[in-house]
Amino acid sequence: MKTIIKALGVSLAAATMAFAVPASAEDYPSRPIGVAVSYGAGGATDFQARIVTMVAGNEDMLGQPIYILNKPGAGGRVGWNWFAEEAEADGYTMSAYNVPHFIAQSIKGGVKYSVDSFEPIANWGADPAVVVVGKDSPYDTIQEMVDFAKENPGKVTLSGAGLFVGHHIAALQIQKETGAKFVYIPTKGGGAAAMKAVIAGDVVGGINNLSDAFRAAEAGNVKILAVADLERNDFLPDVPTLKESGYDVDNASVNFRGLMVPKGTPQDVIDALAAKVPGMFEHARVVKRMKAGGSPLHVMNREEVQAMWAKRQETLAELLKDL
Amino acid sequence: MEFLSYFGGVFEPLAFALLVGGTIGGLILGATPGLSPTMAVALLIPFTFHLTATQGLILLGAAYTSTVAGGAVSAILLKIPGAPANIATALDGHAMAKKGEGARALHLSFLSSGIGGVIGVLLLIFLTPLLAQWALAFGPSHLFWLAILGVTVIGSLDSKSFVKGLLAGCIGLWLSMIGYDDIQGAQRFIFHDALAGGIHIIAALIGIFAIPQVLDMFAKGRSKAKIEAVDVPQHAFSASAKEMGRSGRPLTIGTIIGSIVGLIPGIGGQIAGLVAYDQAKKFSPHKDKFGTGHPEGLIAAESANNAMVGPSLVPLLTLSIPGSPTAAVLLGGLLIHGIFPGSDIFERNPEVIWTFINSMLIGQIFMVIFGIVIAKQAAKIAQAPLPIMASAVLVLALFGSYSVQQSMGDVWIMLSLGLGMYFLEKFGFSAAPVVLGLILGPIAESNFVQGSLIAGAQFDGPWAQAQYFTTGTLNLVLIALVILSIGYSFLSHRASGRAAVNVEGVQA
Repeated sequence: MKTIIKALGVSLAAATMAFAVPASAEDYPSRPIGVAVSYGAGGATDFQARIVTMVAGNEDMLGQPIYILNKPGAGGRVGWNWFAEEAEADGYTMSAYNVPHFIAQSIKGGVKYSVDSFEPIANWGADPAVVVVGKDSPYDTIQEMVDFAKENPGKVTLSGAGLFVGHHIAALQIQKETGAKFVYIPTKGGGAAAMKAVIAGDVVGGINNLSDAFRAAEAGNVKILAVADLERNDFLPDVPTLKESGYDVDNASVNFRGLMVPKGTPQDVIDALAAKVPGMFEHARVVKRMKAGGSPLHVMNREEVQAMWAKRQETLAELLKDL
Repeated sequence: MEFLSYFGGVFEPLAFALLVGGTIGGLILGATPGLSPTMAVALLIPFTFHLTATQGLILLGAAYTSTVAGGAVSAILLKIPGAPANIATALDGHAMAKKGEGARALHLSFLSSGIGGVIGVLLLIFLTPLLAQWALAFGPSHLFWLAILGVTVIGSLDSKSFVKGLLAGCIGLWLSMIGYDDIQGAQRFIFHDALAGGIHIIAALIGIFAIPQVLDMFAKGRSKAKIEAVDVPQHAFSASAKEMGRSGRPLTIGTIIGSIVGLIPGIGGQIAGLVAYDQAKKFSPHKDKFGTGHPEGLIAAESANNAMVGPSLVPLLTLSIPGSPTAAVLLGGLLIHGIFPGSDIFERNPEVIWTFINSMLIGQIFMVIFGIVIAKQAAKIAQAPLPIMASAVLVLALFGSYSVQQSMGDVWIMLSLGLGMYFLEKFGFSAAPVVLGLILGPIAESNFVQGSLIAGAQFDGPWAQAQYFTTGTLNLVLIALVILSIGYSFLSHRASGRAAVNVEGVQA
């Protein structure tokens, strides 16, 4: 009950404060901060955003609580369009980003944002894409599957969660590097539907999130053939990276999640956030919750995220230009 | 019988308080337009951070079951279905409430929810390993045929004219195509930013069902003579219980269909109620009474949408595949407490999972009790003067459609669809086929496209797609059902057409 009253208080305060004079950077933040999540309540991004922001109200953190605003639709485009066009650049509205999704979408066009529309604050998580096959699949290594695909072009189907998400990027990279022709099957309903297609044998294999694939492999439903990242993952020490398997595929498909503000936000507000937010992500309670949920934590500061965004922009523009 | 030994956990003081609180809260949230079961569960997850895994799951499970049943309250009293599951409930339920039989409708609705729900949970307890395989059996081609089977009932659903029913269904199918298509990467019919994300089903439900009746009420004007005074007689619970005893047929149809359809990932909860309603109508000796406030339709729809809750958790718990949006949110709730679903979940975390399932069983009973308690008072809503009623429904509709995703765009979509539906109703079209088209369109389309892509890889030659969609026992069974359903509609349509001609002939 206490929490409900607190939550009500927070939203009430947010509503009244919205009309107040723009606060100067010295007393920032003087009221609760909203974080827009471009996916529905209960999805992985929403779920993690709620965990990593739960200690924001602590005195040694931001000193003001963070509340989540869900703006789902069209694979994230609705939320990020709103954030780029309508959100106030005063530091009281942040948004969660998903890379490579928003960068790939902006390269393909039809949206109102690009990497230049936003200013990163910090990164909290990185979920690499992995290649999975059903437990009864004849393939035990990625090489076997790629070799079969080379001999039988267009016969290997790979499921993934929609277009221009990490899974799709990984499939495109593998295809480009190996020269084999795969058939990418995008599913509606995110990674879960794509995983179901692999477990049920509707498709030959699939690209999925490491965290979900890890659980499915633990339960004995799938085999994980390779990780699309630069290093092996702590959750899967025995699974090789694509690089180790002999294919030059980097970490461009890793799903990075973090916080950003709109371009035009005062520099001192950005600096204040960039200084405090990484510490918030590393708070012991956050780490414990993220670990319990099987969500890989990967904290990066503002400079590191800026470099990562620039690199992604370059890789993805190259990869998607023939599509 | 292992689950019996874990009943103790449900009755621990805090767990029990959460169960009761979750059930009452869920009923209220479910009865609020715009707050679907999915949102209710998602909103509760942060509260479970402070609870143990068992307590957290009891709260979420209680909220899940009771929001589904709570949605029936607004469907019956206000004709605003809280979620797609309650569409069929609104058809006959609201007609009953308008006649002053709201209390009877609510009694029957909660009783059939409870009976369906308990049977659904019992299926979850006893048949999980068996059912898990069934859930996996449905690939893209089967889901496509299943959606087509749904389309075949559109023509006969809640319409006097077969052709108008089909036309309304087509409008729904068209509406479902608006927005970004994330399978082919196309933008379709996006003339305004508000449409970029497509038409949200909850906003559409509110607009299509609530707004036409608001306009109708306003159109009647304020003069006293025109305001109908509805007599709301007392309705004894014992009478409702006896009526339930006599309604074996719709109850059985609803429960069986709800349990089977609920299992199928990606389709279940949305259409279980409508399919059950349609089947109950086809098997009923009083076909023509459906849609006029006939309890059989209500009983079939409500038993189906609660029977679906238990089986829909089977693929979630054993395969970590959420079969519905609500189950996806529940998965988040499980993970955050370190409970990883899998076929051995009953061995690894027996105390958490069995207590959770047991609490859903007991939650069903609480839900019936609380539902019955509020029914008497709630039914008096029908006595509210029309202008006040219309304003209240309008406010709830605006609030509900905004709260779905905090978007003013949804409010405009809701109002435009509602206005369009008002005029369509004047021309004899009805709302249910439009909504069914809106729900089935994306399921049929995405599975057809996925199936076609897979077909190209699995088979050779120009007939690859045809081969993929028409081979295999399950495909053939579904195709046979589609043909049967079309044939039935066609024949009964012709028969009723001839009957109508005969009547006219006699009169002449």
